[in-house]
Amino acid sequence: MNFLHYWCAMSGIIGRELWRFITQRERFISALVRPLIWLFVFAAGFRAALGLAITPPYETYILYEVYITPGLIGMIQLFNGMQSSLSMVYDREMGSMRILMVCPLPRWFLLLSKLLAGTFVSILQVYVFLGIAWFYDIHAPWQGYLWVIPTLMLSGLMLGALGLLLSSFIKQLENFAGVMNFVIFPMFFMSTALYPLWKMKESSALLATLAEYNPFSQAVELIRFALYGQFNQQAFFYTLGAFIVFMAAAIVGYNPSKGMMSKKGGA
Amino acid sequence: MIKKTCLSLAIGLLCLGNVAAESVFVTLEHDNALAIVDPIAGKLIKTIPIGQRPRGIAISPDYKYLYIATSDDNTIKIIDAVSFKEIGQLPSGKDPETFALNPAGNRIYVSNEDDSLVTVIDVAKKKAIKQIKVGVEPEGITVSPDNRWLVSASETTNMVHWIDTKTNTIVENTLVDPRPRAVSFTADSQQLWVSSEMAGSVMVLDANNQQLIKTIKFEISGITADKIQPVGVVIDKERHRAYVALGPANRVAVINAQSFEVEKILLVGQRVWNLAFSPDQKRLYTTNGTSNDMSIIDLDSQTVTKSIAVGTYPWGVVVKP
Repeated sequence: MNFLHYWCAMSGIIGRELWRFITQRERFISALVRPLIWLFVFAAGFRAALGLAITPPYETYILYEVYITPGLIGMIQLFNGMQSSLSMVYDREMGSMRILMVCPLPRWFLLLSKLLAGTFVSILQVYVFLGIAWFYDIHAPWQGYLWVIPTLMLSGLMLGALGLLLSSFIKQLENFAGVMNFVIFPMFFMSTALYPLWKMKESSALLATLAEYNPFSQAVELIRFALYGQFNQQAFFYTLGAFIVFMAAAIVGYNPSKGMMSKKGGA
Repeated sequence: MIKKTCLSLAIGLLCLGNVAAESVFVTLEHDNALAIVDPIAGKLIKTIPIGQRPRGIAISPDYKYLYIATSDDNTIKIIDAVSFKEIGQLPSGKDPETFALNPAGNRIYVSNEDDSLVTVIDVAKKKAIKQIKVGVEPEGITVSPDNRWLVSASETTNMVHWIDTKTNTIVENTLVDPRPRAVSFTADSQQLWVSSEMAGSVMVLDANNQQLIKTIKFEISGITADKIQPVGVVIDKERHRAYVALGPANRVAVINAQSFEVEKILLVGQRVWNLAFSPDQKRLYTTNGTSNDMSIIDLDSQTVTKSIAVGTYPWGVVVKP
């Protein structure tokens, strides 16, 4: 197996995912509409509700819309990660997973390629979202728009790995609703995406602690700092650690002899 | 050759650094102190005890002296702008808050709110030379850059009084919107801008005939009208733009000074009160009363770049190049 084989498989998987995303116009629009509704409707309503305090990386007072933008970027990547987990379940039901799995390349490589494909799609969505937000007067320093790329890669991979891990547990497409209720919503709401930690501490110390250790919060903070040209070391290592744990668990989960696949009777 | 170039570059940068360096002085009403801020580094340098309840502040035209109204000491203190030592006091009358220095720097005009008076002080002699009876609760006060007019605004009478600086007598009165707070002349002395706290408006008056040119109103989505209370107002030298501190709306309005349209609203700290330009007019500094900080606005990009904690109840602000 040489490098070309690996490249061929990876580009095939990424190409398929990107093509699927672009041709599915409804998916493209719905992926954008969700964060935009939060930005234009939810954030507008809460504009005056959020008290004032300057916390890094911000150096002055910001509107609520500005605060939740990195959170909504995280939301795009979270939903995208789950969407790719949904597509794994779909692939398994439709049988295309079998074709992928019989490919004579290591399983971890195929899963990583799948993850990268999902991450590229999410980055595409994020930049379209940031473009629209620009016209809504949400501006970051221009360097921030470049700095954010590597962090989006890491956070996208971490959330995608979580999705992969979950997909190894889900037998049928219908079970995805459970993922929404038990994973996406708690992860999103119990994070720093919508409210800063200091604000949460005012109402509940427990909630603030949960939010602090939520890997989604750390990914959002990593994005938030990068968008303003700063590097959040703690968030970086936390997100990286979470990615390694989720990825390792997903690889085990997709191992026919050890993981969840054997219990479900394979792909 | 390379060494020489590097050296000259370094010297050049050093000189540039010196040119750009400026100090911002902010009076802290509750801390009884003066905050000294380096706005380029974005840092509070130090805080100096200055007297009881310091509010109004001005700097002499040669930038050697600071004049600070310490209201509860019933005086205006003269402070050396380098050593920050007190070098004298001026007889301001009771509870001085706002005052104005004339362009020559030899007269200070103080609003005595409780007595409905304006006290004229000879700075060199440190003596009050006249008291002018004005409307009830005089607050905003300014001298036109051409030194022709002294204008005092009475909060309760809702009037601006045009006082001839040669005779120190009122020549004309103009009715303005309720509770006028700050008054400011354009650099060419042709217009007087008056902010009215209760009306939530700014009136632009013609200094030649003392008549109204335009009333500017403000609307901010998500902010109720009662929160929009204009206070500090400054106009740039070229009269391109004016900036108005909107008090508890926590915002500064950017106004096109030619068309009088509100171009932009910028979010700053809570209860933004007074404003001051940097000497090159590339930045604007705001004192944010209840969030205990000042904000720096970059005027080229029209964005708020930084807010710096300075102390409790920042009130007045002046800049020394």
